Amino acid sequence: MERVPILKIGEILLVSIQIDMEDQVALQLQEDLAERVVATGCHGVVIDISALDIVDSFVGRTLATIASISRVLDAETVVVGMRPAVAITLVELGLSLPGIRTALNVELGMALLARDREAAGALDFAALDEEATSAAVDEP
Amino acid sequence: MALGPEEASRFAVLLEEHQEALVAAWTDRVAQSLRGRLSRVELERQTAELRKGFHAALAGGATDLDQESAAELRAQLSELSGSRARQGFSATETAVSVFAFKEAVLGELEGSDASNLRDYVAFSAFVDAAALFTFDTYVHVREGLIADQAEQLLELSTPVVKLWEGVVAVPLVGTLDSARAQVVMERLLQTLVDTGSPYAIIDITGVPAVDTQVAQHILKTVVAARLMGADCIISGIRPQIAQTIVALGIEFGDIATKASLADALRFVLRKTGR
Repeated sequence: MERVPILKIGEILLVSIQIDMEDQVALQLQEDLAERVVATGCHGVVIDISALDIVDSFVGRTLATIASISRVLDAETVVVGMRPAVAITLVELGLSLPGIRTALNVELGMALLARDREAAGALDFAALDEEATSAAVDEP
Repeated sequence: MALGPEEASRFAVLLEEHQEALVAAWTDRVAQSLRGRLSRVELERQTAELRKGFHAALAGGATDLDQESAAELRAQLSELSGSRARQGFSATETAVSVFAFKEAVLGELEGSDASNLRDYVAFSAFVDAAALFTFDTYVHVREGLIADQAEQLLELSTPVVKLWEGVVAVPLVGTLDSARAQVVMERLLQTLVDTGSPYAIIDITGVPAVDTQVAQHILKTVVAARLMGADCIISGIRPQIAQTIVALGIEFGDIATKASLADALRFVLRKTGR
């Protein structure tokens, strides 16, 4: 059976789907990706579907599941490069893929993850600062 | 009463023998109906060509316009009606161009005995068929013109413009029906891919009325753009439209709506931190 390769670029795992998404392929990808996220400790997953002509409800659900699994493992998932025709079909079918973040292309997807990471980091620092100041106030 | 092979050949001879007089009489009549909108030289050339076509068809043994031997004549007739339709002549003026041939032939028929009359009636049926065929083609060409214009209108009325780096806008003008909504959606999504713009502003200033169906179309477009990873802002909502939207109970959910295009652009620029 064909497998979808998972590439590690810095802190991000890049999955570019270039083959037909059959159900077995999608399930295998889901398993592989969970393993890779744990093994590499990456905090972001970019799934490129620009080569996909058809995204059916099963693939849509699998993508949502992958996003949920990654989130549990502290990795944010972005689906990038959806074709206009695919988007129109999904809308006509009433599938809006809730819980999946999207971006127009890989570059914008990686920028989105970087921004998220930065924002999360900034928040953490702010919290730490606050703790430090409150501690400083308490001390004297 | 259909044209027999013998009558056809008799008429072929007649058309050949009296060709100059026929063409002159025919041209006269057509010129009269067109009232000088085509030059006489041009008309003469056309009628001469048609006479040749009729002659060739009849000499070839055509007793019906659908036959193989009349194929050349059919092509000529469709060319004539096509050019008439494009030049803006009316249906009557186009049909008369063929009908006038009957009168021209009647003028050239010698004697008025019964056999002549029978021949003429049969021939007249043949010309009628030709004129009907011309009329059909005329309508066909006109319909084609109208369809082309509708398509051009569709293209003219749905431009997607780039407002800023990473921001595109769709200024919608005119009523948004299903066909146009589909075109707008496809255009917008394709432009998002081509330009890699993460923001799109849908401006509805030029939309005269928003009902549930129009809102549905806009919402679909926004959801499709979101699926692709772009955010949409709806702008140009006029006071009356806002009232209608609320009265109809249309929910735009978490889609940002702004009163003017300028507001929408400012909103996007602030979001991107520029």
